[in-house]
Amino acid sequence: MHRFANPARFLRIVTAVLPWSAGASAVLLPVGFYLALVGSPPDYQQGETVRIMYVHVPAAWMALSIYSVMAVSSAVALVWRHPVAELVAKAAAPIGAVFTGVCLITGSLWGQPMWGTWWVWDARLTSVLVLEFLYLGYIALVNAFDDPTRGARAGAVLALVGFVNIPIIKFSVDWWNTLHQPASVIRMNGPALDVHMLVPLLVMALAFTCFFVTVLILRVRAELTLRKLRVLRLAQAQG
Amino acid sequence: MSAFIAVLARDLRLGLRHGSDLTMVVSFFVLAAVLFPFGVGPEPNLLARIAAGVVWVTALLAAMLSLDRLFQADYEDGSLDQLALSPAPLPVIVLAKAAAHWLTTGLPLIVVAPGLGLMLRLDPAGFAPLVLAMLVGTPCLSLFGAIGAALTLGARRGGALVALLVLPLVLPVLIFGVAAVEAEIGGLGGRPHLLILGALLAAALPLAPLAAAVALRHALESA
Repeated sequence: MHRFANPARFLRIVTAVLPWSAGASAVLLPVGFYLALVGSPPDYQQGETVRIMYVHVPAAWMALSIYSVMAVSSAVALVWRHPVAELVAKAAAPIGAVFTGVCLITGSLWGQPMWGTWWVWDARLTSVLVLEFLYLGYIALVNAFDDPTRGARAGAVLALVGFVNIPIIKFSVDWWNTLHQPASVIRMNGPALDVHMLVPLLVMALAFTCFFVTVLILRVRAELTLRKLRVLRLAQAQG
Repeated sequence: MSAFIAVLARDLRLGLRHGSDLTMVVSFFVLAAVLFPFGVGPEPNLLARIAAGVVWVTALLAAMLSLDRLFQADYEDGSLDQLALSPAPLPVIVLAKAAAHWLTTGLPLIVVAPGLGLMLRLDPAGFAPLVLAMLVGTPCLSLFGAIGAALTLGARRGGALVALLVLPLVLPVLIFGVAAVEAEIGGLGGRPHLLILGALLAAALPLAPLAAAVALRHALESA
């Protein structure tokens, strides 16, 4: 981890990784969508509408994982004053916010035919909505300061404080009587999904993850460049 | 301990000296809650249905309004630097400030809340659980609010940002606070919800000052 604190070395590593993750997403996303829309069977109860699951569930997994990535990076940034870790958290936030939005919207679109309602205030939906607010609050906070380091540090504290929401989201379907169905994949007795549905789901999850890594690398590179730009501008203003 | 009492006494004196802050918060609380009968109509059953929620939400918003005076004034005139340099741990000082904030904001809200409940036709069984729940819940608002206030020191549009940051964090307080009142009115008993509120306060008391102190140090070192 401390090896990556050197921005130049970090840039070299991620620049090497980028073509692989970009290539993997370019391959996995079409394959995943094909499997989801054509290559998997319809559900015996829900029919073809079950195919929303192949976008909704991986998006939800990404929303939670990205926040966890942000929380870990923030902890590293705060404890070790790691310069790259705070940029990783800052870069990951908008991606996480979009995935959470996708999860909420696809969930709403799925809920209307399945539950007969676009929205319900049960524990899972409410806690994911809180996650979306935490993402948006983080982005607002980080961008509210003239000094970007101050913003990143403040955001790091917020990301850690908000991390308590992640286990609440995960276990909300167990702790409360919710309309949202309980866990079918990541549970104690193993996945309850048939392999013909599990495989497309996992392919989509992998595709989303590669997509996230690609966009994250692009954004972190941009943040590092912005930082260099800022230093140059300050030097020019003073010199 | 003496540092805690000293900072608490100082903030209480400052807070009460500018009594207008206190009256402003309470006035906003009353005004915002009174808007609802105008908005939804005076029909008693409807008002009774929403009374607990309205009182809680407006108390939340009123508490959010008063948060910027928690650290801002001390930050601007340099007292916060001195407090941070003192041998007393910064979390203890933050706890004292949050306690003073609660005494000058939360407690007046609790005193006024039953009157608002009366105006909003709250079921008589709901008054005691409302006061109890607010007694346990409003300190949580001050504590989480302290985190938000510390994070936004020196930010642009800090006032609006504090509400945006703190409201998602205090949502559980709101949910269980209203549930305690509604459960008691419905005959199910509000004790479990009050206990969970107590647990939230028990978690917030040690942890929130720690987080706020970290945020304060960041604010002070980059100032």
